[in-house]
Amino acid sequence: MNALKKLFGGNTRQFGMIFALVALIVFFQIFTDGRTLTPGNVINLFNGNSYILILAIGMVLVIIAGHIDLSVGSVAAFVGVFVALAMRDWGLPWWAGVLFGLLLGAVIGAWQGFWVAYVGIPAFIVTLAGMLLFRGFNQFVGKSNTIPVSKDFQFLGSGYLPEIGPNTGFNNLTLLLGILAAAFVVIMSLRARATNKALGADVPELWVEVTKLVLICGAILYATYLFATGRPGTSFPIPGLILAVLVLIYGFIADKTVLGRHVYAVGGNRHAAELSGVQSKKVNFMVMMNMSVLAGLAGMIFVGRSTASGPFDGVGWELDAIAAVFIGGAAVTGGVGTVIGSIVGGLVMAVLNNGLQLLGVGADLTQIIKGLVLLAAVAFDVYNKSQGKRSITGLLLKNFQRNNNELKPDEATSTKEVISREA
Amino acid sequence: MTTLDTQGEPILLEMRSITKEFPGVKALSNVSLRVMAGEIHAICGENGAGKSTLMKVLSGVYPYGSYTGDIVYQAETQQFKDIRASEAAGIVIIHQELALIPELSIMENIFLGNEPTKWGVIDWAEARKRSLELLARVGLRDDPDTPIKEIGVGKQQLVEIAKALNKSVKLLILDEPTAALNESDSQHLLDLILGLKGRGITSIIISHKLNEIEQIADEITIIRDGKSIETLNVKRDGVDEDRIIKGMVGRTLESRFPDHEPKIGEVFFEVKDWTVGHPQIQDRLICKGSNFFVRRGEIVGFAGLMGAGRTELARSVFGHSYGRFIKGQIYKDGKPIQIRSVRAAIDAGLGYVTEDRKSLGLNLLDDIKTTTVAANLRAISNYSVVDDRKEFSVAEEYRKSLRTKTPSVEEGVAKLSGGNQQKVVLAKWMFTDPDLLILDEPTRGIDVGAKYEIYGIIQRLANQGKGVIVISSELPELLGLSDRIYTIFEGAITGVLNKNEASQESLMKLMTSSRKAA
Repeated sequence: MNALKKLFGGNTRQFGMIFALVALIVFFQIFTDGRTLTPGNVINLFNGNSYILILAIGMVLVIIAGHIDLSVGSVAAFVGVFVALAMRDWGLPWWAGVLFGLLLGAVIGAWQGFWVAYVGIPAFIVTLAGMLLFRGFNQFVGKSNTIPVSKDFQFLGSGYLPEIGPNTGFNNLTLLLGILAAAFVVIMSLRARATNKALGADVPELWVEVTKLVLICGAILYATYLFATGRPGTSFPIPGLILAVLVLIYGFIADKTVLGRHVYAVGGNRHAAELSGVQSKKVNFMVMMNMSVLAGLAGMIFVGRSTASGPFDGVGWELDAIAAVFIGGAAVTGGVGTVIGSIVGGLVMAVLNNGLQLLGVGADLTQIIKGLVLLAAVAFDVYNKSQGKRSITGLLLKNFQRNNNELKPDEATSTKEVISREA
Repeated sequence: MTTLDTQGEPILLEMRSITKEFPGVKALSNVSLRVMAGEIHAICGENGAGKSTLMKVLSGVYPYGSYTGDIVYQAETQQFKDIRASEAAGIVIIHQELALIPELSIMENIFLGNEPTKWGVIDWAEARKRSLELLARVGLRDDPDTPIKEIGVGKQQLVEIAKALNKSVKLLILDEPTAALNESDSQHLLDLILGLKGRGITSIIISHKLNEIEQIADEITIIRDGKSIETLNVKRDGVDEDRIIKGMVGRTLESRFPDHEPKIGEVFFEVKDWTVGHPQIQDRLICKGSNFFVRRGEIVGFAGLMGAGRTELARSVFGHSYGRFIKGQIYKDGKPIQIRSVRAAIDAGLGYVTEDRKSLGLNLLDDIKTTTVAANLRAISNYSVVDDRKEFSVAEEYRKSLRTKTPSVEEGVAKLSGGNQQKVVLAKWMFTDPDLLILDEPTRGIDVGAKYEIYGIIQRLANQGKGVIVISSELPELLGLSDRIYTIFEGAITGVLNKNEASQESLMKLMTSSRKAA
């Protein structure tokens, strides 16, 4: 018990959330008689949820900055239908279609970012309007029809890594990718450890670090095995690949770049950030715009997967993405959250969905259970915080603990108008 | 019923060997407090000494059972399980952060949670009648229908007291009641507390303003490091400020200011004809053609009553970060420069430490490390990628040189005491390497020991050839620290005095008159 605590508590406590995910997987693996961890099911799970996870990446940044985006489902649908039309009617090749879709997402994002950042309308309202607007545009432009897309474009949503090299009984590229990923994790952890040690910061004991790495690499290699031994023609899915790249990029941006710091700063205390020279309007504009670009990408992947764009694509996605972010430990008041946490949060929901489906639980009951899980995860988090203990969902965050009498900047006031809360 | 002490005085409240532990910390250990009926009893101690915790124990915020020791109130041992229970017994606490609702009216706030009803419907006529009586008692002549947000902090404090009176208070606890008030509002409040004493209401007052305590308190209990050190009788023991400070810090402070030999150079920063409009009100000016300059190595004080426009002036100079800029020119090293944003101000070598640490100065979610580098991320990043090593070593360097008390720079700033938070904010601005650092109330809410250290840091900055502007409401602080002091009244600079010609009286005169000094 103590050893477990050491492994999952202390400096490695961020693994608490992942622990919950693993527990869930094990639970379903047992109760579905091993149908959860089969190559086919895992590939399906990734294919069917990658677009929600991509949305969660953008959403967590929006939520850290203290906003929300309700329009992502509609934006995804609108971009999807417009791109499908552009390729069919204007004869754009698939790659030009993708570029066009990303650009369209950027334009929509600029529109919403303008209202949020420069006019100062709460994002809730702007994106609620956007939700209606772009759903309407989707049905107007597509005339509420389904519009098929070409095989090339479908690769984006339902493609797999190709078979190359000698016949090893595995998909070689998947294998290579898995090994690279494991090596990457090991190298990064050891480097971070060396850096911390050199700086004189606390580092966990060596056996903890090693056990941790063994577990992570084990998980990565097991997943690799599953992906690499699927039904012929399947392997690691392209949407999963896109997702992995995005997680790396956005995780890096949020954690290591000046821009990322600014997003946390604006969400944590906008006035303090502005008085430290952060251009909060620009930051807000960027996160809103980025969200719509990712929504556009998610929309295109979905269209690729379902081979055609339809009038009801993306309905309810915003809620799935927001749920993933909050299960992943973000705070409603902003300033708190991580990309990887949101992905784990999204996976918890995805595994739950999938497992319940395998168990033959109906859609009605599945929704009830998902709702309760969301509430329970956040309630548990709130309870833990009020008890002054480390929070489980917040475990993925550094060690931000909110204190009770903290003051939040007021969304409606401009820094130029506030002197101090006493005035 | 009340018990009597050895001299035959009636005792209202006795807290006996109160011990309160939080996980890992003993906030109070064996604290005793005895309050006589009808007196004003002050509790003094440095920040974090345990004053507020003791009051929370008394008022039931920490319920019976979560502490050990006895509370004997009106000759009975009490077991308050929540605030309602203590209020029912006549103990009302008024917190430092006022608990009024800005959108509701004075009357609605007074009766909040305690509404007079008739057949279950609020009886507004009765409420109005009673609120007029209560307001008269606290000396407030405003219409009870005025929304709270439209009256000043001083009046809000009075509304809080009216609210307490409505609960037929016997023991009133005031936590830093004058912290946010200007001189005249403070005086009014202190008079009111004395008046309540005349009507038999006992008060416990927690304050950092020792002169006020000296003025109104009958007895003073000093708490240090969670222990009750001593109880002084103001009249009998001939207590003065130095005596209280001695009890609070456990030693006599030789001087409240470190020794400093100023090395003043030439003028390098000058502001001319600075005129700024109020952010919301069209025709109102908050800075009226102000002129001032700062020399290298000089500590310049800005004196003015609260609301005179000191902060407004500083903030508008700091990248137009407050108000509507109308006209004015800044010169640095003799050359006119344009500073229209905070970013530009920082680039031009300006730094501004706000008076309101929690809501304007810090992101309370951040750790020390992140805060230290927040205003100068450029210096620790390559191609806008933050270098974690540099960040850590910079933060560590400032932790050592400013002697910030923390287990590690990865600790959250929300967990630090006021003095240590201020050191982190200072570190943040020192790391931007400013030529001119503007410090707005740099020692507000900071205990005596930490103040001394902050003064030392300010003097060190000046010795490095930087200009420092200190805005403060505490005149002794300005007099002790500054080489030159500007006075501000209603948005205009009314005078400037050198260290040797300034005194509290001469400053106060300039701070309260619209005539320009010759």
